[in-house]
Amino acid sequence: MELTATTTIRRSASEVYAFWRDLENLPTFMAHLEQVRSTGDRTSHWSAAAPFGKNVEWDAEIIDETPGEKLGWRSTANADVPNAGTVRFVPAPDGESTEVHVVLVYDIPGGAVGKAVAKYFGEEPHQQLDDDLRRLKQVLETGEVVRSDGAPWGKRALKEFPQRPAQPLSDAELEKGADA
Amino acid sequence: MRANTWAGRNKVEVRDVPDPKILNKRDAIVRITSTAICGSDLHLVDGYIPTMQDGDILGHEFMGEVIEVGSGVSADTLRVGDRVVVPFPIACGACAACAAELYSCCENTNPNAGIAEKMFGHPTAGIFGYSHLTGGFAGGQAQYARVPFADVGPLKIESELSDEQVLFLSDILPTGYMGAEMCDIQPSDVVAVWGAGPVGQFAMDSARVLGAAKVIAIDKEPYRLRMAEQAGHTPVNFDEVDVRSTLLELTGGRGPDKCIDAVGMEATHGSAHIAAYDRVKQAVRSETERPHALRQAIMSCRSGGVVSVIGVYGGLMDKFPAGAWMNRSLTLRTGQCHVQRYMKPLLQRIERGEIDPTRIITHTLPLDEAEHGFDIFKNKQDNCEKIVLKP
Repeated sequence: MELTATTTIRRSASEVYAFWRDLENLPTFMAHLEQVRSTGDRTSHWSAAAPFGKNVEWDAEIIDETPGEKLGWRSTANADVPNAGTVRFVPAPDGESTEVHVVLVYDIPGGAVGKAVAKYFGEEPHQQLDDDLRRLKQVLETGEVVRSDGAPWGKRALKEFPQRPAQPLSDAELEKGADA
Repeated sequence: MRANTWAGRNKVEVRDVPDPKILNKRDAIVRITSTAICGSDLHLVDGYIPTMQDGDILGHEFMGEVIEVGSGVSADTLRVGDRVVVPFPIACGACAACAAELYSCCENTNPNAGIAEKMFGHPTAGIFGYSHLTGGFAGGQAQYARVPFADVGPLKIESELSDEQVLFLSDILPTGYMGAEMCDIQPSDVVAVWGAGPVGQFAMDSARVLGAAKVIAIDKEPYRLRMAEQAGHTPVNFDEVDVRSTLLELTGGRGPDKCIDAVGMEATHGSAHIAAYDRVKQAVRSETERPHALRQAIMSCRSGGVVSVIGVYGGLMDKFPAGAWMNRSLTLRTGQCHVQRYMKPLLQRIERGEIDPTRIITHTLPLDEAEHGFDIFKNKQDNCEKIVLKP
């Protein structure tokens, strides 16, 4: 499965690149990622929330890198769901913004794992990546992921539909947090 | 706190709800001193804007005192104790739309942008108390409200003007003004405004302030037309006369140079069968709009004129008069108001006495009587034009 998405961010290509190149930033805006930990200059360890409350983990390496322009990575060894991604940072015509073009490729296996992954992505797999990039834009342009009363937990918004009503959270809801 | 909430179609209910808290660093919490019921709230209550949920706090016209600010709000922009009017579109101030002063099209403030994008092609800004399509933000018909991007939107009021003089800077005064501004008014212009509700009244006043030769008010409620007439505008009652021939008579056969639709999606029509056609299509959800005002504005406008739309539309309409629009070189301009663009200049006009926003207020009610307020406003009882609620 190949997913593509793009957005334009009112920051320079070098700033957007630098934020993405620090892979540990990715979980701040990518809904499915729990954590990315740098294990070397070009290697990293990723964990993602999977269906049934399980986490999936894999190692990845950067295989293609042009600072300020392009970044490519792929999973290594025997990842449950082999995957790869590239992101290109292209100056927008306005002279101050950057177009971010993302391609993610998942090699979805057969059997139970494949079915679970397919179910996880749902009928509109690209929607999640679109929303991921919207949050990346929010973080880089405004400082953080925007929350509302209906969607108070930032990157979980998609999973929250139908949402809680647009009224303030109770103390109990706030205490339970995103895992409520 | 107490708050007025949506409780299903045709039902609002003042309930006890939790007090708002800071959720983002650039939030502020405002203790609301005055808030209002907007004509566009009726579209929500009447059930024509999708994605409303039971318990959603209504209201997008409010002002009050800042009682808490998040860690990301610098003291030189906003402090506890400041008296502020809050604009209804939530804008980040940092994206390309905000840089172009298109605040109601802010690219960052709608957490439910994905839904808005499906309906509108591209997402629009978050709006207080205006469905989950516009973000799911609690509204301002309440004792307190959380205001995101408090360092961008709220206008500080540092003079002694009353709440009633400045409250409508939150929406309807800038909305009416933008409707007139989009008309590019020239001194010889006759401007016709469909709808003599609060936004229509302010569009008329703004057209006059911007130099129009004559301003015409079109409505069917005698008390609303009287209000417009008292402000110096020329009333036309579409229940009593044929609008097209009356407009031709008033303009020497040319038609109004500029036409403003301050009605939107729930227009009524003097002709029963045309009204029924759109009413039925809207009821079975095969059309979301009843666009009589817009159709009539397009057919009435002089060739080469401007039709400016500030009434709210939500989806799809039937029988758009594309031929009249195209062949007669009409310009169609529209938008949810970019309130932040107009607040300061309009505050100055209020201070100079050029516009008196208080002239439209007919009722002031306690927040707990919001349900009664919606009832008389919707049903045009007791000569209701504009209701201010006091929490």
